[in-house]
Amino acid sequence: MGRPPLIHRSPMPGLGISMGITLTMLSLVVLLPIGALLLKGATFGLGNIWDVVNSERTWAALFLSFRLSLFAALFNLVFGVMLAWVLVRYRFPGRRLLDAAVDLPFALPTAVAGIALTALYAPNGAFGQLAAEIGWRIAYTQYGIFLALVFVGLPFVTRTVQPVIEEIEREVEEASATLGASRAYTIRRVILPMLTPAALTGFALSLARAVGEYGSVIFIAGNIPLVTEIAPLLIVIQLEEFDYDAAAAIGIAMLVISFAMLLAINLIQVWSRRRIGYV
Amino acid sequence: MSDATTPIRFRSATEERPLTRWLLVGLGAVGMSVLVFAPLIAVFAEALRDGWFAAVASLGNRDAQSAIKLTLLIAAIAVPLNAAFGIAAAWFITKFDFRGKAFLITLIDLPFSVSPVVAGLCIVLMFGTNSLVGGWLVANGYPIVFALPGIVLATMFVTFPFVARELIPVMIEQGRAEEEAALTLGASGWRTFWTVTLPNIRWALLYGVLLCNARAMGEFGAVAVVSGKIRGQTATMPITIEMLYNEYLSVAAFSMAAVLTVLALVTLLLKTALELRHADQLAATHRH
Repeated sequence: MGRPPLIHRSPMPGLGISMGITLTMLSLVVLLPIGALLLKGATFGLGNIWDVVNSERTWAALFLSFRLSLFAALFNLVFGVMLAWVLVRYRFPGRRLLDAAVDLPFALPTAVAGIALTALYAPNGAFGQLAAEIGWRIAYTQYGIFLALVFVGLPFVTRTVQPVIEEIEREVEEASATLGASRAYTIRRVILPMLTPAALTGFALSLARAVGEYGSVIFIAGNIPLVTEIAPLLIVIQLEEFDYDAAAAIGIAMLVISFAMLLAINLIQVWSRRRIGYV
Repeated sequence: MSDATTPIRFRSATEERPLTRWLLVGLGAVGMSVLVFAPLIAVFAEALRDGWFAAVASLGNRDAQSAIKLTLLIAAIAVPLNAAFGIAAAWFITKFDFRGKAFLITLIDLPFSVSPVVAGLCIVLMFGTNSLVGGWLVANGYPIVFALPGIVLATMFVTFPFVARELIPVMIEQGRAEEEAALTLGASGWRTFWTVTLPNIRWALLYGVLLCNARAMGEFGAVAVVSGKIRGQTATMPITIEMLYNEYLSVAAFSMAAVLTVLALVTLLLKTALELRHADQLAATHRH
């Protein structure tokens, strides 16, 4: 058998125009600009990129972005699975409202979320005052950044896990119960393993979103170098100083992190398809 | 229903204890209140701090008006272009078989995993005055960065996958049989698309356009990098919110934020309505 043809012959019309629009727009809007970043990096040189990334301030920003994103995604993993379970399995007043509100972080502009969270959690804000009474500062500290990252990543896990919970056959749980398993044991050994691939996908999406997040974070972060300065802000600062080389270097470092996470998401999906048969 | 003579209700083997259930519902409700509902209320409370008049007046000044117009203009350009791309890409991917399809889908999804700031940076590096292309364009009187085209490009980058990824699963599920029937009966390609395909995908298309529009009007990170933040010229609504907030003009900042929040709420409302009424014509993950 020879290699399959690049494009199979098809009676469908519109091959030329649909392929043309797709590839032209993809190139113009996404691929060429990303290429421009990589080209800038190539002319700047790997050694120089490393010198920019390997400074205390850049490391601190990258590490901060990644660490807090990880914490936020872990929180969203637990909270998201719980919320998905509550929304699918239980009936209570206000369920539809709660369900619709899960998507608000997707619909609300990040700058709006940023100033709203800051207004609430700043020392003179409604929640900030309560926290201040027990000596806890949230806004302008790493807790504030964590909070903003939780907000933007909130819908991912719930929305990936919800359809899977709906698909679970009650018979499986009944079988487990008739075989003498307690409810807790059934949830731990029967239900949670079924949710794992979807939950991990949601976790990875939430993490990827949080690492690159800018709008909702900068208002609440305080933006103190080495302490509450996130990686995307560093790019903006370099650009404001017209240091395009340094901005490109940090941009490439972030792009590499993004691609690594994209790869991880795809591997999780391949793994889950093999194991369970669906994503 | 339990027997009328026995007041004891047995718990089903596939249910949790009532206490557990209420605890979980409570945790969910409290978490959502603190994280989502409270910020939502805060936007309107801060906007109306000095009363309705101050809030509305702050939206009436010239810079605010030009920001609103600019945001509407950007969405009016970027969203139809991305919708056209989404339809073309979904047609190409679902109606034809070719090598590298999975790779193409990954490339289309790429903007979701790139930080908006990096997206803006990419546009600056490609079209900025220092770049080859940008330098030539500026010399000929077509600046891209710090001008409308750059903001449109940045907006298109971050919203690029929205329509395509709504349409692809729906069109895969619907298959090619209906189009093939129309073609066999002698319909032209365009007629097949307008009378067979488009009615089948219209709700999924609307769903994608809604999400694309919400993101396009609210995009901050990518636009912040390319806009140059020139008041009255390249400051979109989210950029204006940042500038007002940093100038401690809290009421004005939150009033503009409230306008975008209303837009977000309307988007959610329409999206929920679509999920309830046309669930069978949306991507499977939105059905519930």
